Amino acid sequence: MTETTMTNTSPPARPEGLQGIAADWASDQRAFKNVSWGKAMMWIFLLSDTFIFGCFLLSYMTARMSTRVPWPNPSEVFALHMFGRDIPLILIAIMTFVLISSSGTMALAVNYGYRRDRRKTVILMLLTAALGATFVGMQAFEWTKLISEGVRPWGNPWGAAQFGSTFFMITGFHGTHVTIGVIFLVIVARKVWRGDYDTGARGFFTSRRGNYESVEVMGLYWHFVDLVWVFIFAFFYLW
Amino acid sequence: MTEATANGHQALHAANDAAPVSHDTHQEHPLKTYFIVWGWLFVLSACSYAVDYIGIQGYPRWALILIFMVLKAGLIVAVFMHMAWERLALAYAIIVPPVFILVFVAMMVLESEYTLWSRLTFFGAGP
Repeated sequence: MTETTMTNTSPPARPEGLQGIAADWASDQRAFKNVSWGKAMMWIFLLSDTFIFGCFLLSYMTARMSTRVPWPNPSEVFALHMFGRDIPLILIAIMTFVLISSSGTMALAVNYGYRRDRRKTVILMLLTAALGATFVGMQAFEWTKLISEGVRPWGNPWGAAQFGSTFFMITGFHGTHVTIGVIFLVIVARKVWRGDYDTGARGFFTSRRGNYESVEVMGLYWHFVDLVWVFIFAFFYLW
Repeated sequence: MTEATANGHQALHAANDAAPVSHDTHQEHPLKTYFIVWGWLFVLSACSYAVDYIGIQGYPRWALILIFMVLKAGLIVAVFMHMAWERLALAYAIIVPPVFILVFVAMMVLESEYTLWSRLTFFGAGP
């Protein structure tokens, strides 16, 4: 019994060379039983991104805690003069609501994708991309305003010099993430629109057949961008 | 003994094969869930903005900011990113490692307190 089992389970010839390395590392076991590799890899990428943003926020905390120069008050720095008075943080609040709205439309897009409702999926994804682009536009406005007021990575008129460097670093990196997200939202929306996930057309980059899970994986990235903003909003703008 | 081990291995393999490997579950939930969470995210964002608008300062401010932040992050990860419905193997693999950032935070708090102390001691109380 034992012997027959052993001989029977001897695997077929495995590929050699680089293909062999890939095949061996991908063999035998699967930790995430009901999650496709695409979704698992997106989660692991997001985990690594969590550490990147975590380190940025940590360095910001260290700079702010260790300086003997007073930190500029974000409530006043980011105030806008509207309706004849200064409203604190109003632009940042609007940006927060824009990003949360885009997260909601993305969640709905994923849902309609699995229902094979291509029209609604595309409309919701494009709406998400539009809200994301609006967010980046408002951020560009915010940067322009601060730069014109004299904020530089090496100094600013109101206090600790590290304010500018941490601000440009953290919001800049987050804005880059949003921009990349908008680009990929448009790419995936175009695929849904053409019906690539129904006909099984091969992708331009990986040459694999996609399915509607790509919309969910795209959604994971987008929600992560929103998630990071929750922390930036709390620690940088409100603290 | 050999046989037992072999059988044990067999059983293990059988269990692994029996797992629905090819069947990836799709995350499909009622739309109502999303709308409720969406609403709560708006409410919580408005609350955290109100903390600044009203001008609460000191420990109550920090406590409120952190509470609203954690609630928002939790809702996004659990519902929008579907982590609440994933198996624990994935949830733990993704959610536990960031906890170590808190250890890093504790280290850097000590470090920056020392830096501030030495700056105040050797360079004076600031400009």
